[in-house]
Amino acid sequence: MSVPSSRRPGGPVQVAGRIISVRRVGAYQHLTILAPGVAETARPGQFVALAVGGERTGMLLRRSFSIHKVTPTGVYGGTVDVVVADAGRGTHWLTTRGVGEPVDVVGPLGRAFPLPKTPEACVLVGGGYGTAPLFWLADVLRERGCRVDIILGAASEDRLFGVLEARRSSTTSTVTTDDGSAGTKGRVTNVLGEVIDRADASVVYACGPMAMLRAVTDVATAHGAVAQVAVEESMACGIGICMTCVMPVEGPDGQTRMLRSCVEGPVFRGDTVRWESWQDGIGRVPDDCVGAAAMRSH
Amino acid sequence: MTLDVATVDMTARIGSLTLPNPLMTASGCAAAGRELHQFFDVGELGAVVTKSVMTAPRSGRDTPRMAETDSGMLNSIGLQGPGIDAFVEKDLAWLREVGARAVVSIAGSSVQEFRDLAARLADEPGVAAIEVNISCPNVANRGLVFACEPTSAASVVAAVRAVLPPTIPLLAKLSPDVTDIVEIAAACVSAGADGLTMINTLLGISIDVDRMRPRLAGLTGGLSGPAVRPVAVRCIWQVQAAMLAGRLPTVPIVGVGGVRTGLDALELVLAGACAVQVGTVAFHDPSAPLRVRDELAKAVQERGFSSFMDAVGHAHRVLATAEGTR
Ligand SMILES: Cc1cc2nc3c(=O)[nH]c(=O)nc-3n(C[C@H](O)[C@H](O)[C@H](O)COP(=O)(O)OP(=O)(O)OC[C@H]3O[C@@H](n4cnc5c(N)ncnc54)[C@H](O)[C@@H]3O)c2cc1C
Ligand SMILES: Cc1cc2nc3c(=O)[nH]c(=O)nc-3n(C[C@H](O)[C@H](O)[C@H](O)COP(=O)(O)O)c2cc1C
Ligand code: FES
Repeated sequence: MSVPSSRRPGGPVQVAGRIISVRRVGAYQHLTILAPGVAETARPGQFVALAVGGERTGMLLRRSFSIHKVTPTGVYGGTVDVVVADAGRGTHWLTTRGVGEPVDVVGPLGRAFPLPKTPEACVLVGGGYGTAPLFWLADVLRERGCRVDIILGAASEDRLFGVLEARRSSTTSTVTTDDGSAGTKGRVTNVLGEVIDRADASVVYACGPMAMLRAVTDVATAHGAVAQVAVEESMACGIGICMTCVMPVEGPDGQTRMLRSCVEGPVFRGDTVRWESWQDGIGRVPDDCVGAAAMRSH
Repeated sequence: MTLDVATVDMTARIGSLTLPNPLMTASGCAAAGRELHQFFDVGELGAVVTKSVMTAPRSGRDTPRMAETDSGMLNSIGLQGPGIDAFVEKDLAWLREVGARAVVSIAGSSVQEFRDLAARLADEPGVAAIEVNISCPNVANRGLVFACEPTSAASVVAAVRAVLPPTIPLLAKLSPDVTDIVEIAAACVSAGADGLTMINTLLGISIDVDRMRPRLAGLTGGLSGPAVRPVAVRCIWQVQAAMLAGRLPTVPIVGVGGVRTGLDALELVLAGACAVQVGTVAFHDPSAPLRVRDELAKAVQERGFSSFMDAVGHAHRVLATAEGTR
């Protein structure tokens, strides 16, 4: 095991990790990875970037995963848990790893969910594996005296994650599926307004597909709550050096900039994201974005 | 013989510039060094080559901007950046502060823009060298890329050289997407380039076979990573061979393209590179630039060289000896 190499307290480290437990949960693989130095400083909403494919891999880019939970004080050092959907070549490699296998870990990365300073009622909304980071967040919020209500959504029952955990860590939990195979048939946003009103919530935390985050932001705003969303943009490095993961976000000065979702995110205030920029899988740079004019000259 | 810490002299010289070791980051693959500094001290590298900066802030292109390919990736960032003023104020100042040697990469859409950028940097302390990224389209010339045409490439080099003090070496970064790289290299050297950086990315397209459309929003992107290393080695080899044959004056070559390990770096060195940049592989392994430095030092020592500079271009000498005895 290599020594964590971070040079800044609380900053990311790169460590030779090891898988110490593997569990199948519905459509997902739940991995516990021994990664000393990562768990100790991580906070809910942050993520890890895992190398895939082994030492001489042809898959050069790391894959990012929200941290589901951390155990900073394991017998051999801290562990991090991630929940992985088999979505393509790299995640397929990860979901077929066994106990004892090595995985190179970089983390913790990104900005965590901002926490309220006073006890507030909060609604947590997760789509598919997007629920993974929410239970840890729920625990931290409840420690601060916040009321927590959780909504879990997925396309179908096997794509729900953490239904039992949600019940344990919330005042109310609501399940929705697109096909009606579990809970209420429909989208998380069908029930969100009602849950916000019932709890008199002032913050909505959400993690899931981009389209869901946009819809959650709209409902939260309409019901007088602030949305804090963890986005999922395609990332090459995860640490802020490549500029591939950018998205248009409006700053406090009213100006839109293409921000790196790996370091300035992945958590953004929903109402600052320029959602209308995405169409048909392409994220357009808005015309009024800082630096957009310079692009037109070449 | 295996050694844990190599003791070989790794000093690298690029014209008037002397570096403690030949390892650099590649432009666009390290931002301005700050993020990598979380993993290792960037002052320990030979130099940090910064992301190509233009005059004005730039938003970059639409997303997706990257697609993973076999042992490589395509990118179409579009030179997103803060513009020269913010760069000098924040990034260059930071690099100075942490004691890193900064090779500043500049990009222009006209010869005038290149000259203005160089003039702006000429008096700034802490600029170890300037690298001109001539792989951007020349707006005055129907969008043709400067690096694809000898006279355009030469006009950028001459204009930049004219405004830089002789103490700041000028590196011209060449594109492999040309018919004859030696011709472009010769044009840059005769226009005053103190060194050549090879290679920039190769133009490619990747198509998503499920959606049956190109993956990148910008359609084309630059291919980089281990997949392009043989092309980099070939370009360095051809230009070094032409220098040895007297077809162009001898200037230092900085090698870049698909370096993942010390032995990969050694390939570029044996072909003629006297410094090596690590790009895409830093996305895979943020510690790669420093790791490659140590692996290269070990590899050079294990092959019996007493100093790094002795290994530069050695494959040409081995070949000449073999041919001489045939
Ligand atoms: C901050 C963040 C947190 C995430 N958390 C989780 C999680 O907890 N569980 C989980 O299963 N997945 C998560 N993802 C998505 C996961 O990273 C992608 O599914 C995965 O990268 C796809 O890799 P692949 O090799 O299977 O697909 P490939 O198609 O082979 O991937 C090719 C490239 O595209 C990128 N890419 C492809 N799809 C996505 C995507 N949906 N999002 C981002 N990049 C993509 C990959 O990273 C890779 O670089 C998260 C993504 C981000 C950015
Ligand atoms: C995401 C990305 C951005 C890049 N940006 C620049 C740039 O701004 N200027 C430049 O001269 N080269 C740029 N390059 C090219 C690299 O500096 C390097 O020449 C090329 O990637 C080959 O090296 P590699 O295989 O080690 O990455 C970029 C490459 C990548 C992958
Ligand atoms: S993923 Fe490289 S900058 Fe965000």
